[in-house]
Amino acid sequence: MERHLRRLLTIITEASIERSLISDLKAFGARGYTITDARGQGHRGKRALDWEHSGNIRLEVICDAALADRLAAHLRERYYDHYAMILFVQDVEVLRPEKF
Amino acid sequence: MSAIDPVVLFFVLGVAAGLARAELRLPAAIYDFVSAILLLSIGLKGGMQLATQPVGNLLGNVALVLLLGVLLPLIAFPVLRFAGRLPRADSASLAAHYGSVSVGTFAVAISYAARQGIAYEEYMPLFVVLLEVPAILVGILLARGVSRTTRWGPLAHELFLGKSIVLLLGGLAIGWAAGPEGLEPIAPFFFDLFKGVLALFLLEMGLIASAQLSGALRYGLFLVAFGLLAPLAFSVIGIGFGMLMGLSPGGVMLLAVLAASASYIAAPATMRTAVPEANPAISLTASLAITFPFNILVGIPLYHRLTELLLNG
Repeated sequence: MERHLRRLLTIITEASIERSLISDLKAFGARGYTITDARGQGHRGKRALDWEHSGNIRLEVICDAALADRLAAHLRERYYDHYAMILFVQDVEVLRPEKF
Repeated sequence: MSAIDPVVLFFVLGVAAGLARAELRLPAAIYDFVSAILLLSIGLKGGMQLATQPVGNLLGNVALVLLLGVLLPLIAFPVLRFAGRLPRADSASLAAHYGSVSVGTFAVAISYAARQGIAYEEYMPLFVVLLEVPAILVGILLARGVSRTTRWGPLAHELFLGKSIVLLLGGLAIGWAAGPEGLEPIAPFFFDLFKGVLALFLLEMGLIASAQLSGALRYGLFLVAFGLLAPLAFSVIGIGFGMLMGLSPGGVMLLAVLAASASYIAAPATMRTAVPEANPAISLTASLAITFPFNILVGIPLYHRLTELLLNG
């Protein structure tokens, strides 16, 4: 079976900016995304998900390399200064390239 | 009858369990559910009473309540900025939190009034809705000025379509449309269970507050002093407005509680997106770990006394 290389962009950040992140993703042309609730601790303190806005989300986007780079640069520019945000990029193989 | 309302003891239990790091965590869904019931109950109760009187008579008081919501953050901001030497963004964010209201505190005050047999204008929940938004808008303006870069669309969405506004206003509307008789079938769930739901809510609030408590001193004694003194000063202003509005003594007391309370749901959410450079932990610590417990444990009975004192003085 033929495999195609794409990038997986993972963003772990504050649940409070979920809406604004999603509108960014759409504006940049991402075709889809997955969000899960997340807990953890980092240098901006513990995020326990025990009520409303104290939670983290983990947002995953699979896209081509160019879009992953553009998105990463934009997110760094727009959110890094004031929000707790971790972002990393991995290579992944997908079976249906037309989806991503 | 014992002096302390048992629902307050649930809050104390939550704080104690949290501080002792007990294995106690209510699922987030429970908190959401319980707070939704509280908001709806409060809204329904208020709406039911609105149904029995001409709304036109309230317009003057509505305007005064909105004015109160604008005034409180304008008083808090210079104190924080110049006496507290806090950065502009943090001062504005705190001012928004303290000008806005806490529905949880209001719920405990209603429970207190019921226990003490204090009568009040049953449409008070309308004022909760009215007080929630203006201070947050003023806070954003204090932080940003009238800046073109502020994206008002998403902010307005967050402000007016936040959970508390939608459920309170929704409850008010349903209560108003259905009237007291219409609500009878759902009264056991929303009214009779109110205290039990409030107890669970306060247990969770105690756990949340205890988690914030460790940070209370990190931001200095000024913040602690502000968290204790601002509600006192604001309660007096609330009493003044209540008298001006010609409310009953119970209504004046509840308006004092509303003025004294600080938001920890609507304000944090909106300020986080509107003024990202403000440190959210400062406002949340002050509002949740200092002012909320103070109001629940000491403030409400105190504002009751103050109201009696000022009304009879």
